[in-house]
Amino acid sequence: MAKKNPNIQQQINDEYDQLVQQMKPKPPYLRNIIAAFLVGGFICLIGQFVNNFYTGYLKLSVKEAAGPTSATMIFLGAFLTGLGVYDEIGKFAGAGSIVPITGFANSIVSPAMEFKREGYVLGVGGKMFTVAGPVLVYATITSIVIGLISWLLKS
Amino acid sequence: MSGTKKVGKQTVKFTHQPKIISTASIVGPKEGEGPLGRYFDKVLTDNIYGEKSWEKAESKIFKETIELAIQKAGLTEDKIDFLLCGDLLNQTIASNFAVRDFPIPFLGLYGACSTMVEAMVLAAMLVDGGFADYVVAGASSHHDTAERQYRYPTEQGVQRPLTAQWTVTGAGVVTIATEGTGPNITYATIGQVIDLGQKDADNMGSAMAPAATDTIFQHFKDTNHSPDDYDLIITGDLGKLGKKLTQEMLKQKGLDLTGKLEDCGVLIYSDKQDVHSGGSGCGCAATVFSGYLYNQLTNKKYKRIMLVATGALLSPTSSQQGESIPSIAHAIVVENN
Repeated sequence: MAKKNPNIQQQINDEYDQLVQQMKPKPPYLRNIIAAFLVGGFICLIGQFVNNFYTGYLKLSVKEAAGPTSATMIFLGAFLTGLGVYDEIGKFAGAGSIVPITGFANSIVSPAMEFKREGYVLGVGGKMFTVAGPVLVYATITSIVIGLISWLLKS
Repeated sequence: MSGTKKVGKQTVKFTHQPKIISTASIVGPKEGEGPLGRYFDKVLTDNIYGEKSWEKAESKIFKETIELAIQKAGLTEDKIDFLLCGDLLNQTIASNFAVRDFPIPFLGLYGACSTMVEAMVLAAMLVDGGFADYVVAGASSHHDTAERQYRYPTEQGVQRPLTAQWTVTGAGVVTIATEGTGPNITYATIGQVIDLGQKDADNMGSAMAPAATDTIFQHFKDTNHSPDDYDLIITGDLGKLGKKLTQEMLKQKGLDLTGKLEDCGVLIYSDKQDVHSGGSGCGCAATVFSGYLYNQLTNKKYKRIMLVATGALLSPTSSQQGESIPSIAHAIVVENN
């Protein structure tokens, strides 16, 4: 058989991709958006309760309460991941449970659990940040850039 | 080509008609709950099967399936000439670790999810060519070992796209022999690697459909058979979308398989099981053939079927480097005499 002509091959590929896009099932966008809104909103509501608890009962200032509130939410996310519940929530809510800080906890705890069998050093330690690592790297870079812009604007 | 067993460009015709004298299949709980549940030899109550890791569990499942296939054939390990196995894991460890306790010469195979038919074709060739009397061929996959190698940690909360498939937990093994009772293997069509530039690793049905189309089309061209000569043409793990695409592309080429074309990945789970496009993995075609299809053949529900196992030959590395997904499909024809 003759070697394939790259131009003709590209055309065949494009035509095939059109067929695929045509036949591909469309995700239920409206249902997904509503589920993400409700669950994401509910997680934030819990966060607000926790925040109110720290400011109201423990008399912390709003600024002081931010740290313990985040820590509590991270604990909840990690705990629910450990119980095997968070992946079920994620399946239903999509971005609604990925975007809040509980989702961030889930993205660190789930690989840590998954790779425990490869040992605590190379498994848990080495793989813990496989999902969250890129987020941390680029979030840190973004915060530096924003900090620089803010500093330049002030001076 | 001087051989008399080669027909056309890619097909071989078995002149001594090797027989499938036994099959065995062991599956996970989800597969057991599916519509084909009662056809499998054993359904596990959980995916870990008393082991310390998913990988160890997969090897244990595979090993027991091989033992069962040999036992059901009324044979002992020393009677088996060769063992041909494959799976999805890096360096095919599920197979290598499953067979290390067997004193049988072993050939390890990798054809992604097409491995079952690859193993059956080679086993049939060994038997037909007079190199062996008894060959055991099998393939396995495990949802959780595949998931952690190819995709996400199991506890990560993500929404899977509708085109995604669910890797089957299970192993299927067959014993192919020169003599004995069971359906015959009469033809095999070896696929070539086809790549139409699809890149979405969450949509493997679309990547593999062109390979299935090519192999099925080539089979009919090589043998001069018509679809009416077959009771069933069943692909390995194209899923709902891949099956639709294959049917459409074959229609465009002038082959109408309406009502004849099925897919193991579509049959193994029900819609209620939330698997989106269907099942996938080496174990999909392997368990559906060893369980359901073999049963239908021996009960004379089908006279002649063609099993076309499809494989997406990607790796997580190739996907991350932006490569498209090369795919392959091998076909084997099994019939009652």
